[in-house]
Amino acid sequence: MIPVWAQVCYVVAAVCFILALKGLASPKSARRGNLLGAFGALLAVVVTFFAYDIDNLGWILLAVAVGAVPGALGARRVAMTAMPQLVALFNGVGGGAAALVAILELRHAELLSDGALVASAFTILIGSVSFAGSAVTFLKLQELMTGRPITFPGGPFVFGGVLVAALGLGVWTVATGSVTLAIILALVGLLAGVLLVLPVGGADVPIVISLLNAFTGLAVAAGGYVLENALLLVAGTLVGASGTILTRAMARAMGRSVSSILFGAFKGGSTAGGGEASDRPVRSAGPDDVAIMLAYARRVIVVPGYGLAVAQAQHTIRELVDLLEKRGVEVGYAIHPVAGRMPGHMNVLLAEANVPYEQLLEMDTANGQLRTADVALVVGANDVVNPAARTSPGSPIYGMPILDADHAGAIVFLKRSMRPGFAGIENELLFDPKTTLLFGDAKASLTALVTALKSL
Amino acid sequence: MTEGVALLTVFVLAVFVGFEVVSKVSSTLHTPLMSGANAIHGVILVGAVIVAGTADEAGVLVVALIAVVLATLNLVGGFVVTDRMLEMFGGTRPPTAEVAPAKVGGE
Repeated sequence: MIPVWAQVCYVVAAVCFILALKGLASPKSARRGNLLGAFGALLAVVVTFFAYDIDNLGWILLAVAVGAVPGALGARRVAMTAMPQLVALFNGVGGGAAALVAILELRHAELLSDGALVASAFTILIGSVSFAGSAVTFLKLQELMTGRPITFPGGPFVFGGVLVAALGLGVWTVATGSVTLAIILALVGLLAGVLLVLPVGGADVPIVISLLNAFTGLAVAAGGYVLENALLLVAGTLVGASGTILTRAMARAMGRSVSSILFGAFKGGSTAGGGEASDRPVRSAGPDDVAIMLAYARRVIVVPGYGLAVAQAQHTIRELVDLLEKRGVEVGYAIHPVAGRMPGHMNVLLAEANVPYEQLLEMDTANGQLRTADVALVVGANDVVNPAARTSPGSPIYGMPILDADHAGAIVFLKRSMRPGFAGIENELLFDPKTTLLFGDAKASLTALVTALKSL
Repeated sequence: MTEGVALLTVFVLAVFVGFEVVSKVSSTLHTPLMSGANAIHGVILVGAVIVAGTADEAGVLVVALIAVVLATLNLVGGFVVTDRMLEMFGGTRPPTAEVAPAKVGGE
């Protein structure tokens, strides 16, 4: 039994976590909320060293340093565009840690209650699902593997079989308390995690990260039950519950349901955007022509996408917008909820370039303004302006709320190539007679536009 | 009330709190909120430290230390990356500050 003062500190830490989540839900208090969470975690860890009889202190502190230094440096140094995969990575290792802790607790299984045995099997399974699933999402986002859904014949049956095997092994592990069985259970969990994420299309991966985040939370909660540590239980449960809500909210922002994201590819949605349409003629223009279009428009709406972020062009687009505003053009940025790779990602990227908050239009406002805009300038975005989401029920993105760039007087796409977007589907808007394409890297194109605009 | 039932009670109450605190959140904050929640479950570090601290043989210690490394990565990295995201929401930095100043994170 741990001392009362330590339990009180754990309660304080738990309150910090609750207030942290509460704070993170509103822009004004978000940063303070996060710091409060960090304080709670620091308090909990320090207290643990004094409350429990901790041996091997030197080794543990060394291990903490080994984890903390790359964690902090990676989080500081990584490009903001690579942030989603970093979050996936951190989530995965958390799940892995929970699974390892639960496996080790089974070494004195005879001391564990039935409830604790069930909880440890749960932690091992869910923790390893989260670890492997996050690893696959990392590979997809880092583009080390294809972002398209990967399916194979009989996939659902294999996945079902693995789940049944995991369940059986879980029951067997609980009945025997065997560490060997627990390790096999973890391996099956890893396989289940991979199979869970493989069929998910690239555009939906952020929602899966959120789901796996909730999974890790639950694994940590169950781990807290095994260790009879109320703080772990509370923290894990908070993340599990809030993560579930958040996953649903994110899915709703994309007009999807969580089950259609996870299992949609199994139902044979025609995702493959075959090359046939790519041969059709498109209208492309040089920077000078596009600069004239923009300079003599009354209202221009910029639709920024991941391509802008990849090219690190957020500062250049701001320069272009400043020039246009000086000429009396009204400019706004239409931000799709999932522009970039994650909900809110684009807001972060544009804030980095000091774009004033008032110029960032949420989707409903933006769609109203697009109707009266002379030019929609689509920079490195594709799927979020694809009218197929409104018009073709067979499309995998059908039903996803989009920015109605097609309602603007003219549409300019800055694109690297005719390659389809992250969702892997053809965009009819590219072939629209109102559309002009300016090929090239987003930053190079924008710089050319800035130069052309200055010389007008 | 036995220990198990007490923990179960805590669990059920925490579920409701978790649902409640994030019930209304704008899509702008989805990413930082997910990232912040992600950091919080890094507190599994507490569990990893307990197991490593009571390890009685080398093999167990090695695995437990791996868990400590992974959990610390989750905890420290999670809070630092969330802070970095939220730093951008202030919008009060000078326009030239393209690279954030090399500052040590909160943890």
